[in-house]
Amino acid sequence: MSLSESPTIEVKDLKTYFFTKGGIARAVDGVSFSVGRGKVLGLVGESGSGKTVTGFSILGLVDEPGRIVGGEILYRGENLVSASPDRMRELRGVNISMIFQDPMMTLNPVLRIDTQMIEALQAHESISKDDARQRARDVLGQVGIASPDERLRSYPHQFSGGMRQRVAIAIALLNKPDLIVADEPTTALDVTIQGQILYEVQKLCSQTGTALIWITHDLSVVAGLADDICVMYAGRIVEQGSVNSVLDKPMHPYTDGLISSVPSRNKRGVPLAQIPGMAPSLLKLPKGCSFGPRCAHFSNACDSIPDISNYENGRQIRCHNPLGAGTTLRVTD
Amino acid sequence: MSVFIIRRLMQSALVVVIMSFIVFSGVFLVGDPVEILVSDDADQEEREMMIKSMGLDKPFLVQYGIFISKAIRGDLGDSFVFQEPALLLILDRMPATMELAVVALLIAIVFGIPLGVWAGLKPESLASKSIMTGSILGFSLPTFWVGIMMILLFAVVLGWLPSTGRGDVQIILGMPISVFSWDGFSHVLMPAVNLALFKLSMVIRLARAGTREVMHQDYIKFARAKGLKEQRIILVHVLKNILIPVVTVLGLEFGGLVAFSVVTETVFAWPGMGKLLIDSIGLLDRPIIVAYLMIIVFLFVLINLLVDICYSILDPRVRLQDIKS
Repeated sequence: MSLSESPTIEVKDLKTYFFTKGGIARAVDGVSFSVGRGKVLGLVGESGSGKTVTGFSILGLVDEPGRIVGGEILYRGENLVSASPDRMRELRGVNISMIFQDPMMTLNPVLRIDTQMIEALQAHESISKDDARQRARDVLGQVGIASPDERLRSYPHQFSGGMRQRVAIAIALLNKPDLIVADEPTTALDVTIQGQILYEVQKLCSQTGTALIWITHDLSVVAGLADDICVMYAGRIVEQGSVNSVLDKPMHPYTDGLISSVPSRNKRGVPLAQIPGMAPSLLKLPKGCSFGPRCAHFSNACDSIPDISNYENGRQIRCHNPLGAGTTLRVTD
Repeated sequence: MSVFIIRRLMQSALVVVIMSFIVFSGVFLVGDPVEILVSDDADQEEREMMIKSMGLDKPFLVQYGIFISKAIRGDLGDSFVFQEPALLLILDRMPATMELAVVALLIAIVFGIPLGVWAGLKPESLASKSIMTGSILGFSLPTFWVGIMMILLFAVVLGWLPSTGRGDVQIILGMPISVFSWDGFSHVLMPAVNLALFKLSMVIRLARAGTREVMHQDYIKFARAKGLKEQRIILVHVLKNILIPVVTVLGLEFGGLVAFSVVTETVFAWPGMGKLLIDSIGLLDRPIIVAYLMIIVFLFVLINLLVDICYSILDPRVRLQDIKS
């Protein structure tokens, strides 16, 4: 991102904890990143790594017993962590919108599509029903839904999964937001639909200058879509940088493990590489580096939590023993 | 839709026929009405005449056949006691019972849904816990006891409300209705509340369970992500979803409300068909018992049909259509 323009969203040392009966789950523990106008950030990690909670934190939709306990979320300089609930409601859906993971569950089954789209417009501006319907119709057409007039009068159950996700994306786009948080929006869809939706979302973002946070566990999606990438593990970002540099030359052993466990036609007949062990429970994180017990490069230093170290081209790694450290310049600041 | 309704009507007719047989044979087994109706000093000849005039000398199946052939023509027999058509006697008292049941149903809906939604939204608050405790009482206290206690409190001690009877009635659309005058309303209030308590508790529990379930659905979170106001989320997104089970159960229970108003009508001396039934059972007035039960069966069948149609309006996923088997 260019230095002259301030980022659309800047997350600084965000901490969202869940206060459960079993203890405090640090779902998001000191996460920082920023996304500029028209840029796409890929937020990658396995289930339970805190990607989704990060997304919900930005929208102020963290459910009980979760709470943002520290850090800042700066939307165009305004700190959302300290914003009032009313202010958050004003921002949601207009300035910041979200696409959810499961398209079968995001639309209310007993309300027609037009009701659900028109209310999203009427919640934020005084617009007549007819005008709102017109806008809804246009946006549905934009996301590739044929005969939108007819579709507006349908109920969600009359749509396929892919169509429902298009409707959800259309709702997210309705008010031309500055930022869209997309939480694994294509995971539940088949590959051809996934390709179409990726293409359309990318096109829309570059046209309108919308910043996009794309949460996923699918590295191939990120490779084709994102500008920057953040790899999350157990509530922390372990590696971030531009997509090309991170995927070409991973420095954190976890990123490396994720990349080498992607199936490829060049490795026919060879067992897939996998990361040994399981992602730790957030209630019982290992001492020191939380990836330590699964890491092939574990050393005594890893008994303490590694700090973020900066490398050239804005790359950041949270590791005591980064891979290929000799070939990438470390920046000290 | 029309195919569905025609098919349901045919099923309903079958249910009514089967029920008529069960009801008729059931009543036939219980006691001998002659013993009660005939005067003590009647001789054998008078007894024989009475038995013959009531048609009790014929074999059971013949009696049933006569009953059915008359019933098809809308004649459910004459009351032994009143010597009038049983159907007319019951229909005469039906508006009173219906009025009581409808008022009770309205009380259950108007108070039950808001209280239940409130309890579902704030399950940990003191008010919600009190509501839920209250609903347990509503479920478990016997209707007749609550009725007597209400009379004791509001009629005897406080003297606010009349304890028995129906009060002023006005003829509205050809039916005697009492709720539109203050005197009539004050008479209907206590029995209606008494009858409503059980349903009210049920609505509260249904609404609460529904609210708690719906509030955790993704579509509620998505509605929030759209920036909707909380009141719209609750009044539209939550309410429309929880109304589905509430309407189903209440619809089915309305028949029960009418049928079991017997107890309330007895306690408050409400001149409805439930009270007529109790009196008729005491006198073994078979035609009235049979006619009453047939009307209740008919009511249940009708309500089930209406509930199915209502359901399809509320839940678009259930569009009634001819399902090819």
